[in-house]
Amino acid sequence: MNKTITYQIPIGPIHPALKEPVMFEFEIEGEKIKDVDVHLGQVHRGIEWAGMRRNSIQILYLAERICGICSYSHPAAFTLAVERIAGIEVPERAEYLRVIQAELERICSHILWAGVAAHEIGFDSVLFLTWQIREKALDLTEYLTGNRVTKAIMMIGGVRRDITEDMLPTIRKSLDFLKENFEKLRKVFLDDKTVQMRTKNCGILTKEDALKLCAVGPTTRASGVKKDARLDQPYFAYNELDFDYVTPDVLTGEVNGDVYDRIIVRLLEVKQSIDLIEQCLDRMPSGEILAEPKIQKLLIQLKKAEGEAIGIIEAPRGEDIHFVKLVGEEHPHSWKVRAPTYNNILPWIPMLKGEQIADIPIVAASTDPCMSCTNRVAIVKNGHRDILLAEDLHRLSVEKTRRLMK
Amino acid sequence: MAKGLPKAFKKSLWVYHINSGSCNGCDIEIIAALCPRYDAERFGIKLVGSPRHADVLLITGPVTRQMVDKVKRAYEQMPDPKAVIVVGNCGNTGDVFYESYNLVGPIDNIIPVDVHVIGCAPRPENIIYGVIKAWTKLETLEAKK
Ligand code: SF4
Repeated sequence: MNKTITYQIPIGPIHPALKEPVMFEFEIEGEKIKDVDVHLGQVHRGIEWAGMRRNSIQILYLAERICGICSYSHPAAFTLAVERIAGIEVPERAEYLRVIQAELERICSHILWAGVAAHEIGFDSVLFLTWQIREKALDLTEYLTGNRVTKAIMMIGGVRRDITEDMLPTIRKSLDFLKENFEKLRKVFLDDKTVQMRTKNCGILTKEDALKLCAVGPTTRASGVKKDARLDQPYFAYNELDFDYVTPDVLTGEVNGDVYDRIIVRLLEVKQSIDLIEQCLDRMPSGEILAEPKIQKLLIQLKKAEGEAIGIIEAPRGEDIHFVKLVGEEHPHSWKVRAPTYNNILPWIPMLKGEQIADIPIVAASTDPCMSCTNRVAIVKNGHRDILLAEDLHRLSVEKTRRLMK
Repeated sequence: MAKGLPKAFKKSLWVYHINSGSCNGCDIEIIAALCPRYDAERFGIKLVGSPRHADVLLITGPVTRQMVDKVKRAYEQMPDPKAVIVVGNCGNTGDVFYESYNLVGPIDNIIPVDVHVIGCAPRPENIIYGVIKAWTKLETLEAKK
């Protein structure tokens, strides 16, 4: 009985929730999880190293490809840092356009997440519903930037495409569509009995733990911590817009820090983002969209820049920090990225302790981790070591939902 | 739709998807291709959970050093006839990561590739077209028997 069985099946799941290889090690007693350990690795592509061999404008495109879902936030944070070093003044209109893009990305990302969460508890029809709504948001992205996924809209000193007067009706129509469907989503996720049974009091992260482990983004806000880089260290045009921290007590009057609360926060943020885009459309001044339209000139200016700076952006998953040091050469001396998921991995440990195996997928997905699909789970059970594939986990999770529905 | 396709789609293609270190951009487009807007599933194209069930291997990403072995093994586990589709520039050429020290790709250094779907990220239409190309290959192999 004490033989070690290790299945090694190359790549795990098909679902888009857990990207980037990650392995949990669980100690379980029956169905209950006693202890959790997390192992990370594998999507290391040496991006920062490559960045030190390119100039700042080339890095924008490299940063875009750190993560396809936050393909706006990473170049944005990098740009903020570089602009601070070089002292580039960004035109007012560009600041508003940047907010619009950032919020649009948040809408796409949160709706994508909602679909994945539904998939994890076995509601594939809801996955399809949410992704259908998401297609509309992607259409809008494509209309504004020319691309669905990697948008290439950020430029040092501004943005690359303007929103003209004749584009406004289409944009407003899409926003109205999203607003209408938001109600549908709200009903499905917040009023459905089964969803509540699976997510309430499950995967709890207390406020103390959230603070202690430096959780970021919706994960920490769902635990009642008021932390949002858009409000704490306003960038772009955020200080001129009207919005507040989204915590679950806005809707329910209490904070539990469970998976349900994290759903509430993300859904409310979708609504907030739609609202922010509308505010931007109304208040946007006219003017230039780039500080320096000639790229050659801009490059010369950047080549002379010296100093170091940090760019902080509230990405859909939390604050994304880029540190850049320029030393008056073509290539930056150093570039360091801290993506929000780094911070949201440790909170998995308190969240998962004491839960059932079938709850692993939804709890893990509830922080919206941005990882590649090789998660395998090693279970240490009476000295046995089994590796559970995410497939099996997913099956267990679906079975639990079915049981609850009966 | 091209001539001959209805017959082609008589059989359903099962697809296995590997992410070998991609940025997720291509992966979300693959899921988008299966979701209602593009709905590849109506042709019987379906993602499966094991390479042993698959006719077609969809690979994204530039293959990091840690993933080489896994990509090879998944390929070996697939039954013949099989087709391999690389989705996205970074699997085809290395894309922006081309010079990195931790990459073993592009994927055709590791396993034989039948269809290259280009784009970063490719549109879902493009991915579906790639699958159809792969289907043609499988059909030809079948006919030769
Ligand atoms: S081809 Fe581009 S979008 Fe696709 S995984 Fe590679 S870097 Fe990401």
